[in-house]
Amino acid sequence: MPHQVPRLLAVFAVAVIGLVVARGLLVPETFGDRGHYRAAAVDSISAREQRYAGHHECALCHSDVAETRLDGNHRNVSCEVCHEPAARHVAAPMDVKPVVAQNRGLCVLCHAYNPSRPTGFPQIDSVMHNPRVPCMRCHQPHAPETPVPPTSCSACHGQIASQLTVSHHAALPCSTCHEAPDEHRMNPRAVRPTKPTARAFCGTCHAGGLAGIPQIDLRNHGEPYVCWQCHYPHYPEAR
Amino acid sequence: MADSADQSGHPPSPSGSVDRREFLNDILGVCCAGAPLLLGIVRLPAQGTSRAYDPSEHLYGMGLDPQKCIGCARCVVACKAENDVPQEPHYFNTWIERYIIREDGEVEVDSPNGGIDGFGRIENPAQVRRTFFVPKLCNHCDSPPCVQVCPVGATFITEDGVILVDEEYCIGCRYCIQACPYGARYMHPERHVAGKCTFCYHRVVKGKVPACVEVCPTGARIFGELTNRATPLARFRRFNDLQVLKPHLNTRPKMYYANLDAEVS
Repeated sequence: MPHQVPRLLAVFAVAVIGLVVARGLLVPETFGDRGHYRAAAVDSISAREQRYAGHHECALCHSDVAETRLDGNHRNVSCEVCHEPAARHVAAPMDVKPVVAQNRGLCVLCHAYNPSRPTGFPQIDSVMHNPRVPCMRCHQPHAPETPVPPTSCSACHGQIASQLTVSHHAALPCSTCHEAPDEHRMNPRAVRPTKPTARAFCGTCHAGGLAGIPQIDLRNHGEPYVCWQCHYPHYPEAR
Repeated sequence: MADSADQSGHPPSPSGSVDRREFLNDILGVCCAGAPLLLGIVRLPAQGTSRAYDPSEHLYGMGLDPQKCIGCARCVVACKAENDVPQEPHYFNTWIERYIIREDGEVEVDSPNGGIDGFGRIENPAQVRRTFFVPKLCNHCDSPPCVQVCPVGATFITEDGVILVDEEYCIGCRYCIQACPYGARYMHPERHVAGKCTFCYHRVVKGKVPACVEVCPTGARIFGELTNRATPLARFRRFNDLQVLKPHLNTRPKMYYANLDAEVS
């Protein structure tokens, strides 16, 4: 065996041993147990303290309030939204008491008018709406009453209503052309009113030979389209 | 015995209970099996760490519905309380953005203090075409750029799909903050490590929902399993048109936005 070989082997042995020792010193314990990270970090993150107990915990003792809440419009509003984090209260119910929110400032966080909020979400102008009166004097926060649903279409569709009043269709009630289920007033986006889908529907007046009403021949006028795809019925252009 | 027989050239003793070839094969096998273990490449599973929570059985995601978000920022407040996020502005695990799209197509996005102090009046309201709120947080990507760039392995994706930061191991180099295309990370001013949404991992492993989901009063956030069909999140994913943020980056986010406006990124 040439004498270089044992030397080379010795050099390799030192390198390998050095690598193993360095790896043992530098790579932290539990690194690589479950992936390219310290498995112990997951355990320490999992052991962090909880601040929010969750509404299921609240309901274990406050079952009466929990039941009231389930019936009202705040059924999806968790207790700790208004009563602050309560994990410590759950751990020591007698020693730590959560805050009972009373002031006007809290309710307007959600219910002050903001144009970016979704249409239909109950909102007030907190300056004009019974100033200085605590909200809870009129509204029961655990089961607030359903806001009175709008009775007329113009409550929400004001722009259409004002155009309609100066148009030739002013005398027609909305129900002439739209069928609005009651649910539409509560849930305006999910349940939508109907629109005329057949040309013959407009034709009952505009192709029926009624005097004083613009007439067309449905057979050769705008064939592939439903009338309102070209004409705006709330403010028809023909005069 | 086998060695001496080999060197002297004598045939192996027939009376020996172990055949030489068999013995050498056994030695080779033991060496091959033991070498990776000695080099630390393979580790045996740690003994006595049987846990009730098995992360490999879970995969978490979230559904967000901007059409339900009222911009009350209770989620931001709850997140800061639950996770000890610094109270000062610019440190957020989750935050609310207000989008204002003008009649001329101009898009304005703001998030004053994450939305905690409310949103100011919209200037020139007659010129607004549409406006809405969008909740934002870490997207817990399936292919996370932040994890890829971490030089020490301090940020990682768990088996249940959550991106976490090992605060004891993070060197505070800020690579991940630069790499995140969603701006979901920040440098913690006191601990000097990267801070981010943990999906409230400490709550999730105990079967609870993240704090932001717990307090959302309108149900704009839905947390759940992505694998299991019978969850509110599965229902949400079945019944909504979904979009993720910046899909062209191929980060494969696990935050699913319902009916998202094209202007949101």
